[in-house]
Amino acid sequence: MTTLAPVPDETLGGRIKWTLHDYRAIVGQEFTHLWRQPVNFAWQLGFPIVMVLLFVYVFGSAMDVTGQGAGVDYVAYAMPGMFAMTMAFGFTNTAWAVAEAKEKGFIDRVRSMPMASSAVVVGRNIADTLHAAVDLFVLFVIALVIGWRSEGTFWETLGAFAILLWLRFALIWVGVWLGLLVKDVTQAGNLFAIAFPFGMVSSVFTPPELMPGWLGAIAAWNPVSATATAIRELFGNPAAIGDSWPEQHALLAAIVWPVIITAIFLPLAVRKFQNLGR
Amino acid sequence: MPTTTVEANNLGKRFKDTAALDGFDLAAEAGTVLGLLGPNGAGKTTTVRILTTLLRFDTGTAAVAGFDVGRDARQVRRRIGLTGQQTAVDDLLTARQNLVLFGKLFRLTKSRARERADQLLAQFGLAEAADRQAKGFSGGMKRRLDLAASMILAPQVLFLDEPTTGLDPAGRREVWDAVSGLAADGTTVVLTTHYLDEADRLCDRIAVIDHGRNLVDDTPAGLKRRMGADRLEIVAADPGDLPVLREIVAALAQGETTTDEGASSVSAPVGEPVAALTAAATAVQDKRLTVADIGLRRPTLDEAFLELIGASPNDTATKKKEDRL
Repeated sequence: MTTLAPVPDETLGGRIKWTLHDYRAIVGQEFTHLWRQPVNFAWQLGFPIVMVLLFVYVFGSAMDVTGQGAGVDYVAYAMPGMFAMTMAFGFTNTAWAVAEAKEKGFIDRVRSMPMASSAVVVGRNIADTLHAAVDLFVLFVIALVIGWRSEGTFWETLGAFAILLWLRFALIWVGVWLGLLVKDVTQAGNLFAIAFPFGMVSSVFTPPELMPGWLGAIAAWNPVSATATAIRELFGNPAAIGDSWPEQHALLAAIVWPVIITAIFLPLAVRKFQNLGR
Repeated sequence: MPTTTVEANNLGKRFKDTAALDGFDLAAEAGTVLGLLGPNGAGKTTTVRILTTLLRFDTGTAAVAGFDVGRDARQVRRRIGLTGQQTAVDDLLTARQNLVLFGKLFRLTKSRARERADQLLAQFGLAEAADRQAKGFSGGMKRRLDLAASMILAPQVLFLDEPTTGLDPAGRREVWDAVSGLAADGTTVVLTTHYLDEADRLCDRIAVIDHGRNLVDDTPAGLKRRMGADRLEIVAADPGDLPVLREIVAALAQGETTTDEGASSVSAPVGEPVAALTAAATAVQDKRLTVADIGLRRPTLDEAFLELIGASPNDTATKKKEDRL
């Protein structure tokens, strides 16, 4: 009766081949979700869009970030901030998806199957990074529509997007770890309470210099600020750079921060996953 | 010569300061259906999670399909299917996409995965719904899709954790038919359930577990036999007749006669059930009494079960709460 034995994967080459095969299957599943749930996709993008409308058209006219008067160049300042914020908030989507897969028993099912157990975590990461690239592209088009422009060269602009995805990639590990940590989807939804200050206490919409000293210091050292400032420089948008080290070396900080985040949260996520069997 | 496909000896598993399993033994022969029965918190799900390589255990040994669950987890995973308590299908995918996805994750080639999906869709009566999203499915359909997904490699051993919880009678019947069919084809099935009629109907053997320990391991018929003799029962039409009816029953009883005032009934265990029933009916007629009902009652598996765990259902619920604390 058991005639359906899967292709053996005892050799190293076979293992690698089948592991990649498993990753592709999980990524394919995620993309089918995107096709199947365009409304969900729209909602996830809805938040940054609403934020940008709010800040650019409601508060923006009162903001003087460039020292040239309220509202001047605010779109140019806020847009890169919004890109960075969307990447920063993205980990809640990851956490939610992981928590849902866990709650629904999907993770248990794949763990009882002869597939690469890393596929759930790594496949999730690849899928979410690709998803984020699609998000960014849509936001980019919206930004162009409301008048934002990149003043940088083609390669600088492309580099800025790479920096954005680099932050999102690092934060996916945080999302996976948190998604496995929380009890259920409801708790995963509450993670937004962490994401919100993480995304907003930064230079995303307001220069840290305009905040009270202690808050400004937190904002200046926030990884999201490093990314926002770095891409402002690459896009050639106004940046309102303060005196702190991460603001002075934004590009370096925007590259190093995600390395640190990955170094901490990748092992945490993998260990949490392995310990599901405890 | 029957071979043992699932064998666990002296399994122990602690969660913090509660012992979920405390020296539990289990054995299922190839091609049989083993029911794991017990109150909530007894250790049923823990046992299934251990045998399906999802949970590490502290003490004892466990082997599935001839492979050690701890050491050869990969080999075990190739030979088992699992349907957990939740339906672990992807709601956003169609039935076919779900089965193809799981087929790929079971490492079939794309064309083989598609072929197998078609077979399973037909086998589980889902061919017509194949290209609809699973989120629109009824509970029974989802369960069948879930079962189909765990059957992709035609596993030697299939684990089902409360496969019919939350289903309506039609849905339960659909799942029962599917499980019976699989067992008939030679798959060994280990299932947990709260429903004794389910265990009675599907299982070749029933292992009763409570507080992580074996209470009893027997066939459904054997379990019922442990409950003792058939009972003769007369339900009075007029409660005033109860004393007379009690006399009639007591004269035939082989054991204590009990009167249930609430149900207006008298009953007692009897040795020769048919003779006792005839005698009782004659006696009722002779005395020109009218009764609401007269008959023989076989002990149900529910009674056997409650007697075994030595508690009324309410006590069981209390116990469960204590276990959680």
